[in-house]
Amino acid sequence: MSLIKPYGDTLGDGAVQLSFTLPVAWSEAADEAARRLVAKMGFDDIAVVDGRAIASEFSFFVVYARTPVAIDVSQVRAPSATRDVLSLEQVDELIAERVGRKLKVAGACIGTDAHTVGIDAILNMKGYKGDYGLERYRGFEVFNLGSQIAVDELVRFAREHAVDAILASQVVTQKGSDIANFTALAELLEAEHLRDRIVLIAGGPRVTNLLAAELGYDAGFGRGTLPGEVATFIARRVAERVTA
Amino acid sequence: MQLRIDQDAVARARRLAGAIVDPIEDFIARHSTVSVERAVARLCGIDGADAEGVPLPNRLLDALAVRAGGVAAALGAAVAETGRTPQQVAEAVAAGEALPDPAATPPTALRAALRPYVDAGLARIDAARRERDAMLARLPQARPPLLYVIVASGNIYEDRTAAVAAAEAGAQIVAVIRSTAQSLIDYVPYGATTEGFGGTYATQENFRIMRAALDEVSERLGRYVMLTNYASGLCMPEIAATAALERLDMLLNDSMYGILFRDINMQRTFVDQHFSRQLNARSGIIINTGEDNYLTTADAVDQAPAVLASQFVNEAFARRAGLPDRQIGLGDAYEIDPDLENGFLLQLAQAQLARQLFPDAPLKYMPPTKHMTGNIFKGHLIDAMFNLTSVMTHQSIHLCGMLTEAIHTPFLGDRALALENARYVMGTARGLGDELEIKPDGIVERRARDVLAGAVRLLEGVAERGLMAAVETGTFADVKRARDGGRGYDGVFAKDPAYWNPFADALAGAAATA
Repeated sequence: MSLIKPYGDTLGDGAVQLSFTLPVAWSEAADEAARRLVAKMGFDDIAVVDGRAIASEFSFFVVYARTPVAIDVSQVRAPSATRDVLSLEQVDELIAERVGRKLKVAGACIGTDAHTVGIDAILNMKGYKGDYGLERYRGFEVFNLGSQIAVDELVRFAREHAVDAILASQVVTQKGSDIANFTALAELLEAEHLRDRIVLIAGGPRVTNLLAAELGYDAGFGRGTLPGEVATFIARRVAERVTA
Repeated sequence: MQLRIDQDAVARARRLAGAIVDPIEDFIARHSTVSVERAVARLCGIDGADAEGVPLPNRLLDALAVRAGGVAAALGAAVAETGRTPQQVAEAVAAGEALPDPAATPPTALRAALRPYVDAGLARIDAARRERDAMLARLPQARPPLLYVIVASGNIYEDRTAAVAAAEAGAQIVAVIRSTAQSLIDYVPYGATTEGFGGTYATQENFRIMRAALDEVSERLGRYVMLTNYASGLCMPEIAATAALERLDMLLNDSMYGILFRDINMQRTFVDQHFSRQLNARSGIIINTGEDNYLTTADAVDQAPAVLASQFVNEAFARRAGLPDRQIGLGDAYEIDPDLENGFLLQLAQAQLARQLFPDAPLKYMPPTKHMTGNIFKGHLIDAMFNLTSVMTHQSIHLCGMLTEAIHTPFLGDRALALENARYVMGTARGLGDELEIKPDGIVERRARDVLAGAVRLLEGVAERGLMAAVETGTFADVKRARDGGRGYDGVFAKDPAYWNPFADALAGAAATA
């Protein structure tokens, strides 16, 4: 057991900061309402340190409070898709030796999402933060399909080009559109009997490897991911399959 | 704070931009598009949708036996032959009636029949413009940089609540972000909408709802709050027409954005942007160009010359559509990696350069997005530096950065924090830019010189190859687009000698005399 709580300035103090807006004109009663609301959330020692009008019918609050609950970190599992990242040369070598051909990788922002910054950072030659993108690798043949690619269009492309890996990117998360699109892609690949042949990867600032696993993906990569991490994962996964 | 600038290089850049766009202008003059024609239909008073939700302007275009003469001739002939109004003609077409052959009606007769409706459309645009001018005189805005925020809930009624709250918190411009797919649909949806992804559909009714709410809050606050939407994508001219009728104040409108970043056909975009901008010129709407996109999709330090080159090209296109400089809101963005030493100096150089090169343009400055993470505390600081750059260099239209950028579409509280940040920085440092002098041959001045020289080189390359060929070979944003590829190409057509667009005629005349 290793129970821990948020740390303010003393071990176990449980200090957290919250901020939120209430749809009410500001008054002292609004401050008190904010305090009681935080109390109903289960917090103790509540201090509403800032409460003020931000519009005629809305008030904004900054609150410090202590939580009575703790978490046992030893019981938490969230495996990362990133381990022992290989260099570009090592990835190319792994692919050349174990697979013996270029791996075809298709990437797209699926559904109506038009935000390609993330997928471009992973795929484009230039890469991200000095780490080269997949186009730079000899071991990959990259198809960056771009933005607003319908799920069935991506699956059709994957079949026609016999791709080894799909990178599906979602930035917009409004009303759960990202989960719906990711799910639709996994299900369609399954229905088309392509799922087992393809390394399926989800990406986006809100994506975690845990979420991706729940959605039936091989891996998920979130904010700050470097291209080399994705390259390593794809190369290892395909190499494992070839060996098996 | 003034940069010493090589004026010969500036003159050369403008000459090159002119040489780049003039051949395109010849192409534009010989072509029209379905969206231009649907805009004409809307300006003649046609609105509404059929039982399946297909807008009547689309039904009318689909019913044309030949497009090459333009929708106005067909509409004029139908009005002359049947005595119906254009709206009644469109409703009859939607009910399955065929349009009469315009060749059967003498040109003078069909033009005369449509003339009252053309005049009424122009009169509505002019009335909206006069109304804006009167409100601005009575309810003056605060000093620039004008604080601009976006609302993007997907539901126009929630957007309205957010817009009013933002205005109360100091916003001077409110933009309603569109649903992400709207730029790619070849019609303008009808009616009030409450479902959208990453934004809210642009419809005429949604425009009316927001305009009414902002007018009310403008009166209450004693300062006019502007409304912005997007004349981009496949329906650029129709949005420009609708915005002119409903008194929007600004429109995002770029001569190349759709081509590069939305894969819309280049011929379609060039023709559409021209008519859109003619309408914007008449309606007094300020355009906002999209140079920020060059910076978000590639390295911002490398792309600085592309931003400046694009500003010159946008300016050249806009002037040729009759837009005066005071309506050309050229874009730039604060997107340099915060980890880069002296990155702030480079931002300052670029912003000041644009200010001096386009002195009468209401420059649009876009906030950091690319390097914003879930670290909202650092994000708020980066936004503060962006705000400082903007006030020091006298930017005109300031899109407030959100500390939650890259997390979610803004919460109501996020907007209030962003406006508070901007008001604080711009208040406390209001006169800073005017107090400082730029060190001769220092980092800032050298950077500005390099960017200008880079832009001239880029423009030289484009002028040599021609704009369409340059786009085909990936000169802009490393994106290659085929001349006959992309979305909406099938909606481009060559005009025949009998082609008639009474609005383009009236707007071109106005441009010549302006």
